[in-house]
Amino acid sequence: MRSIRKGYILAPFLSALWAITIVWCLSIISSFSTGEAFKPNFLLTSLSGLTVGLICSRIKGYKKNHKLGIFLLLFVAVVVLSPITRLTDKYFNNLEFFLNSFFAVILIISASKILRDIDFYELTRHQFEDYIIKFLTNFGYIFFTAIVAIPFYVMVMTSLKNQSELLLNPLNFSIDFSKGYDLFRSYTELFSDFNFGSYIITSFFVSIITVIITLLFAIPGAYAVARLRFKGRGIFSSSILLIYMVPLIVLALPIYVGFSLFGLRNSVLGILMIYPVTTIPVALYMLQGYFRTVPTEIEESGLMDGLSRISVILKITLPLSLPSIISVSLYVFMIAWNEFLLAFMLLDDPSKFTITRGVAMLDSSEVPRQHLMAGSVVATIPVMLMFLLLEKYLRQGLTAGSIKG
Amino acid sequence: MAALILSKTSPIEILNKFMLGFFYTKSNGTLAKKEGQLAWVLLFPTLLIIFSIVILPLISIFWISFKPISLSDLRPPKPIIKERLKGKLEIEGDKGEIHYRIRNSSRDQIINNVKLVDTIPRGLKVLNLDDRCQIDQRKLSCNLGSFKGGYREVLKLKVTSDEIFYINKILPKETIPKMTGKSENVLTNLNFSLVNFVKIFDRDEFFQVLFVTLFYTVFGTVGALLMGLLAALILNTNFRGQGIFRGLFLFPYVAPVIAVAFTWVLLFDPFSGSINALLIQMQVIETPINFFGKRPLALIMVTVFEIWRYFPLSFLFILARMQSIDNEMYEAAEMDGASPFQKFWYLSIPMLLGILSILFLLRFIWTFNKFDDIFLLTGGNAGTRTLTVNVYEQAFALSNIGAGAAVAVVIFMFLLIFSILFFKFISREEGL
Repeated sequence: MRSIRKGYILAPFLSALWAITIVWCLSIISSFSTGEAFKPNFLLTSLSGLTVGLICSRIKGYKKNHKLGIFLLLFVAVVVLSPITRLTDKYFNNLEFFLNSFFAVILIISASKILRDIDFYELTRHQFEDYIIKFLTNFGYIFFTAIVAIPFYVMVMTSLKNQSELLLNPLNFSIDFSKGYDLFRSYTELFSDFNFGSYIITSFFVSIITVIITLLFAIPGAYAVARLRFKGRGIFSSSILLIYMVPLIVLALPIYVGFSLFGLRNSVLGILMIYPVTTIPVALYMLQGYFRTVPTEIEESGLMDGLSRISVILKITLPLSLPSIISVSLYVFMIAWNEFLLAFMLLDDPSKFTITRGVAMLDSSEVPRQHLMAGSVVATIPVMLMFLLLEKYLRQGLTAGSIKG
Repeated sequence: MAALILSKTSPIEILNKFMLGFFYTKSNGTLAKKEGQLAWVLLFPTLLIIFSIVILPLISIFWISFKPISLSDLRPPKPIIKERLKGKLEIEGDKGEIHYRIRNSSRDQIINNVKLVDTIPRGLKVLNLDDRCQIDQRKLSCNLGSFKGGYREVLKLKVTSDEIFYINKILPKETIPKMTGKSENVLTNLNFSLVNFVKIFDRDEFFQVLFVTLFYTVFGTVGALLMGLLAALILNTNFRGQGIFRGLFLFPYVAPVIAVAFTWVLLFDPFSGSINALLIQMQVIETPINFFGKRPLALIMVTVFEIWRYFPLSFLFILARMQSIDNEMYEAAEMDGASPFQKFWYLSIPMLLGILSILFLLRFIWTFNKFDDIFLLTGGNAGTRTLTVNVYEQAFALSNIGAGAAVAVVIFMFLLIFSILFFKFISREEGL
């Protein structure tokens, strides 16, 4: 272990890995935004990374001007190596050159930042691990951002294309602005031909009613579990958790059977009967956690002043835990909005579809896939907006005890 | 220490507490009773709804699992009738035949005590009467006995018309015949069998499904946990714009599963998917890979999807726990010359062990229960059929509700074992 704790080994190694990371990123980004193919050369990339790393480890203590000069030379060297090749068109237009210089600039700046002040020879264990962690952190940012962003990017971009464009080049996600409003054709067709407006309204209606019913049931229950002493409290709170663990598909089967027998299948009423039940345990569990954080003293002083329990709940506890009620509502709304399985099993009549059921309907070979993606975007946007606006509440709500997925 | 406590609480508060304690001890009996009553009043609605929509279905699942029934049995067998007039009734004295086409709606179940009731229109005189039938004034009633499964017959009545018929012009069709019959509802009768369980355990397929479930659950859970830990580690620093990343990393979890699942399917499509196009154009592969359609790969892909979709959750919880760890400890370790990895291994990991193990248990159970992800990605094909997908497959694709329920019972048994483990464990780990 000690033998590799040398600056002249670690710096080139990390820098080469970093170069490979960047080169892949750049190639993918440029492929996705131009539709052309760019291939990174593994050897040349590693070579440029190694060079940059080696030099970074050697220039500690140099004057700023000297460093700048060295970096300039490095830049030229990397551009000459030009690790990214453009495969689609062989004739030279500046794209490839531009990409390679861009790569060189990014590599030199970021590598010198990661490997700042690294010694050429001996490194202490502390330094050694610090540089590795620095590299891993930077790599992590790129990696996680890429895996999260790419699917959503592809979703949005695909929805703005048309069939022939998609078949012609699946890589091309550039936006053709000359199309103007035609860009949003899948969306307008979704609303005019596929009745998505009504699905959105149904989904909003169902989700909001679900939130209301859930709160009506969960608030009193959660209060009782959190504050009141009664026999069987322990069993009750653990059985809430247990119910929370029953798989939905296990419930969905008898519910399907029962609803078929009583004619509740294919009705929004049936959906409204089921959704709250899937959310009440979650909400109850989250809310009782919050109610426990309200100081008992405040409630007790209310009791001392002659308020009844119910008015203590209404006048003291609820106003104090309003933020948490908001986050529970948001979470329940999100569950109801995103719910797919029950809607899929219980609704067959297109006039009663929720949005997720509507999107599921688009998944057929007759519907072009830009419509499917447009439907997905439409289903995603409301929760995303809500999430971005009220992210703090939702995060609190999630960490407060709901781990259900 | 005592001085510290005293300085924090005002004398009035102490008095207040003392008074309160006094108040409670004095009237403990009635107050506690009242409180308990109120608690049950507050809990009653929740209990009721949970009983009716969770416990009842669970009981019924056990019930159904012992009955060999299919989707079509959900409608109980009924006698079905169609009436038709043969021959033309145009002038007085014309003869015709009323045909009742009767059949059993079920192919295999018996209907007992089948009765037919109809009104013969005015002015029609019945010439021949089936010996199972009788006519009282114009009311025809027949006692047809039992219908076997798939039974059908045509009941014929010869009629002549007189002038009254042509005055009223009410055709036989316009008086609607009614049929009744007693059939046993398979759902409610007391015949039980183990056919469903034999069926699902009797195949190698079951163990294949079990293997897939365990693979998916174990790797999905561990993967999501590790990814969440890594994401939390890189974001456990303070810099501007950290909030953006934190928000972004939660996207996979917040978005509707249907949207992201379809996006993945399109992205990895073998014919027009972007990933295949990218890999081919970069000359990494030569022929497109059918990510969600080939046998071992599809299972790996759905597991990767599970990890992708649920790492945000672990990330969120682990980050919250990390940020509550006291910084002084790290500073002390730093002074003692601990290296970053040592700090992580000897300080952070022990502190995170509690939340990690709870997350593991909960996620394990919920991944085990997961249905929609795999259903949307592969539909359970290409060796990705887990137990939950099997419930759907048996009950709806093969329309064998009984077998589906049997699989559900198996799932429930596993769940019971998990939750016993869970509660054993969670009672040691404080709170969630």
